[in-house]
Amino acid sequence: MRSVTERLSPYLFVAPFFVIFAAFGLFPLVYTAWVSVHEWDIAGPGAFVGLDNYVTLFGDPDFWNATYNTIGMLVLATVPQLFCALVLASLLNQKLRGLTFLRMGVLLPIVTSVAAVGIVFSQIFDRDAGMANGLLGLLGVQPVDWHADKWSSWTAIATMVNWRWTGYNALIYLAAMQAVPRDLYEAATVDGASKVRQFFSITVPNIRPAILFTVIMSTIAGMQLFTEPLIFGQGGFAISGGSLRQFQTLSMFMFEKAFRDFDYGYGSAVAWLIFVLITLLAVVNFLITRRSR
Amino acid sequence: MMVRLTLAAAIVLSAFPLYWLFVVATRANDVVGDWPPPLLPGPNLAGNVGRLFDAEQANFLLGMGNSALSSAVVTVSVVFFSSLAGFAFAKLRFRGRNALLLVVLGTMMIPVQMGIIPLYLIMVELGWQNQLEAIIVPSLVSAFGVFLMRQYAEKAVPDELIEAARVDGCSTFRIYWTVVLPALRPGAAVLGLFTFMGTWNEFLWPLAVLEADNPTVQFSLSQLSTTYYTDYTLMFAGALVSTVPLLVVFVVFGRQIIGGIMEGAIKA
Repeated sequence: MRSVTERLSPYLFVAPFFVIFAAFGLFPLVYTAWVSVHEWDIAGPGAFVGLDNYVTLFGDPDFWNATYNTIGMLVLATVPQLFCALVLASLLNQKLRGLTFLRMGVLLPIVTSVAAVGIVFSQIFDRDAGMANGLLGLLGVQPVDWHADKWSSWTAIATMVNWRWTGYNALIYLAAMQAVPRDLYEAATVDGASKVRQFFSITVPNIRPAILFTVIMSTIAGMQLFTEPLIFGQGGFAISGGSLRQFQTLSMFMFEKAFRDFDYGYGSAVAWLIFVLITLLAVVNFLITRRSR
Repeated sequence: MMVRLTLAAAIVLSAFPLYWLFVVATRANDVVGDWPPPLLPGPNLAGNVGRLFDAEQANFLLGMGNSALSSAVVTVSVVFFSSLAGFAFAKLRFRGRNALLLVVLGTMMIPVQMGIIPLYLIMVELGWQNQLEAIIVPSLVSAFGVFLMRQYAEKAVPDELIEAARVDGCSTFRIYWTVVLPALRPGAAVLGLFTFMGTWNEFLWPLAVLEADNPTVQFSLSQLSTTYYTDYTLMFAGALVSTVPLLVVFVVFGRQIIGGIMEGAIKA
């Protein structure tokens, strides 16, 4: 006969997770929706205002600008990153000497502390002292003021993200590639298919689940991009993403409204919209993944 | 040959910014913007690090200490609670197990970061504003960790071992402590490393709930970059010092980290 505590013990083992997650994860998230339909500032909760915050938000050019910036940087950071990761993984997927060394080498970027990445690349993309302009100068290109325009600041910020995550994604692809049966390649070689052909018609279809996984992870992270652009905007205009908001992301916009303007109601409306957007993207990806099985 | 060259280029690209971080941190400000850039370390590392610790607005030393403490506590806690719950989900039978596991899976994808405004209001209520508790307590558990430990426990802990311990009269917690936890050690190490790195790199939440007089290390770095943004050698010294603990972890546990990433990928 097992004692009561013994029968309860599985619940006691899983309880800490559920209790803490409910209190500090789930509850705040759901409560965000509640705050977003109120007038709520540093003085505390005010009147219920229905969807007013959302109406204001949809009419706020700064919100649309931040959405545009976020999606632009998301594309610039995700597409080259995953493509380079694919190429890198297929290069690593063969018998090479020093494989462990190579793998550790491509992982170095994720070991760099995130604000440090921002600091280093902000210097590299400095208009006057930066190496990016130095190298462009060798090609005869005029110095670029990387902070000044949308395209240039997006490029600089996307470069940080690409640099940080390419090797990590390459290792995920590499693991998936190692599970692809070798005889598929042997048969293709016998049939005279080139390496490039094999890559596109054997490797890519076979590692599709891994590709979809990385796409959704990068999308979720990209929708919340915050640290890199904030550090890039050193000086006075950090949270607004440059003097003309040229690289302010949605997370920065939310932060600005909630923690600089202390408009918690309005900030919560932004947060809730980001959350809904991310959830939609995740669900779409989930459906695609299921169909592909 | 092409393969080797491309791989070599990839390694150089991946290592160069880190090397550049080191070079600038050892130099004086007036040569940083030179063309061609200085590519070898200089003699100023100690001086720059000294200035870093003296930089009043950054509170860098305190930031390092705060981050080390909170990352360590969060890591121990996440590993403990995740392995405990993962063990229960993988090896114990109880009503509602599958439903609860589905909830864990569902919460893994949720970007809880978007709940920071109410979370901040809660911290104000609790009086934890500008306190380290605000950084530590909400991160004590992780859905990803529970899932990872469950997957690992399923494979790594034989049922016979648990049964044998039960026959010997061990309580379930004792079984966890003496049989399961040792078997989970490799998986727990990977989870611990990722958790430590994740907590060390946390930025948005500390920036919201802490003040500059009690920062984490990433917060200190952002203070450096807003206050001293023309002083590159100072900022780079900070960036370097903030990366050293992660580098040490990486050099010591690199193989396990790689194994962890690749195993996680197979499961996904």
